[in-house]
Amino acid sequence: MSTSVESPTRQGLLLRVLPPALYSGRVSALLERSMLVYSRAWLVFASGVLEPLFYLLAFQVGFGKLVNEVAGPGGQVLSYVSFVAPALLVSSAMNGAVFDATFGVFFKFRWSKLYEAMLSTPVGPLDIAIGEIGWAVLRGGMYSVAFFAVMAVMGLVTSPWALLLVPVAVLVAFAFAAIGMACATFLRSPSQFEFIQLALIPMFLFSTTFFPLSVYPEPLQVVVQCIPLYHGVELARGFATGVLDPSMIGHTVYLLALAGLGAWATARRIGTLLLR
Amino acid sequence: MATVESTGRVVGPVRAMWLRVEGHWVWYRRYWTSSLYSSGLQPVLFLAAMGLGFGSQVQPGAATGGLSYLHYVAPALLVSGSMMFAVGESSYPVLSGFKWQKDYIAVTATPITPGQLLGGQLLWVGMRLLLAAVIYVLIASLFGAWLDLGVLLIVPVGVGTGLACAAPVMALAASTFDEGERFAAVFRFVVMPMTLFAGTFFPITQIPMGLRWLAWISPLWHGNELARGAAFGGLEPLPALGHVAFLGAVLLAGVLVARHWFYRRLVV
Repeated sequence: MSTSVESPTRQGLLLRVLPPALYSGRVSALLERSMLVYSRAWLVFASGVLEPLFYLLAFQVGFGKLVNEVAGPGGQVLSYVSFVAPALLVSSAMNGAVFDATFGVFFKFRWSKLYEAMLSTPVGPLDIAIGEIGWAVLRGGMYSVAFFAVMAVMGLVTSPWALLLVPVAVLVAFAFAAIGMACATFLRSPSQFEFIQLALIPMFLFSTTFFPLSVYPEPLQVVVQCIPLYHGVELARGFATGVLDPSMIGHTVYLLALAGLGAWATARRIGTLLLR
Repeated sequence: MATVESTGRVVGPVRAMWLRVEGHWVWYRRYWTSSLYSSGLQPVLFLAAMGLGFGSQVQPGAATGGLSYLHYVAPALLVSGSMMFAVGESSYPVLSGFKWQKDYIAVTATPITPGQLLGGQLLWVGMRLLLAAVIYVLIASLFGAWLDLGVLLIVPVGVGTGLACAAPVMALAASTFDEGERFAAVFRFVVMPMTLFAGTFFPITQIPMGLRWLAWISPLWHGNELARGAAFGGLEPLPALGHVAFLGAVLLAGVLVARHWFYRRLVV
């Protein structure tokens, strides 16, 4: 008995034979692969849910006792836990996405030569870029749903707008995965991951995650407002408290632009490095 | 042309460990820029964010021993920074010595024994911890984080706590044969919770009694207690001795297990 193999649809042909041959519509193959890999390392996967929960717990029992109230969006007075929770949600989306898109990608790219193998099949560099970023986003999305559920249980969800925290986290994950993956293609040695940490940790610490923008002196406030994570935190905190503001459109556009730029740069880098 | 003369002498254990440090130093001289962050900058960034930024929201009170939050958190941040750095330097880099770079296997071909190799690795981590601690104390003094000269004692406390955390992780690395996925679990389930809940940022009396023992068994809490005692005083000699003994026991146990695995893996 012979198994029938479906031939690739003709529609894809034009895209495949176009000079850069960037995209062949096989993103799902990459996603499938990632799922298969992580089904064997489920502990690592599941532990990603716990990390932000540890933080949340620490803020509930510890930090929250040191600080009584913080001024939230629109001058609203918040408990410290509800001030910090939405910011933690987006920064954990950022951390998770960057981790996937840099450490994982570096290993597959430089050591296991996985992408070289993939490119010898009809999979194109844009498929790889979208597939890897897509996985990071999926993973970030799952984590943020879990985080949101815990926030709800802890009574930190007070506005129906807070449901939008999950899409915000997904957008942040998308933007950072894309940029992170583009950067990972430039790394040559694992010791250079320090540079990624060098960008991430200050962002995590200073993007108004733990204390309001007003703490900074005037000139530094401008600097903080340029940081990508700041825009994610602002969006998340706005939705969590239900205080909406037209500037939120700007934050969204900033993150979308970052995501697009990162995806484009990643595809280009993979193409330049492996197809020439 | 340079010639290499064989002396025919087997070097002593101290000299052997020192030769390993020299080997690390040769590597470090080329790549030190990429480690500037984890060894010097990270604790300072945490000090700025938590001590100054978050601290600006904290009223000095009973929880902080009547101190400003910057003063309260500065000594403990040195210790937790040392812990994180030591664990990081003892995980993948040590596994890599066995598995990827294989320099441990190369060293075993020389008269240096696996035990001396382990000693050299610990000594090297300790020296970098010392450097990082000195840099931190200097920079933190620019923040006005210190009250008196007792802070100089927190440098050895930081190095000691770091080493006590490094040795067990080296044992773990030496007994790891896969790609090191278990380190991710160690970071998530041990290092991170320890950083948050071992009294670095808030006193462990805020943790419910049923879970407080978790802080007691963590080396970081003992280091934090010693560091705060050194920086502000108020630590009785007997508890201080207890903390030191605990850290020493963890270090010793880690070294013994690590030594066992180093020999098992390198001596054919």
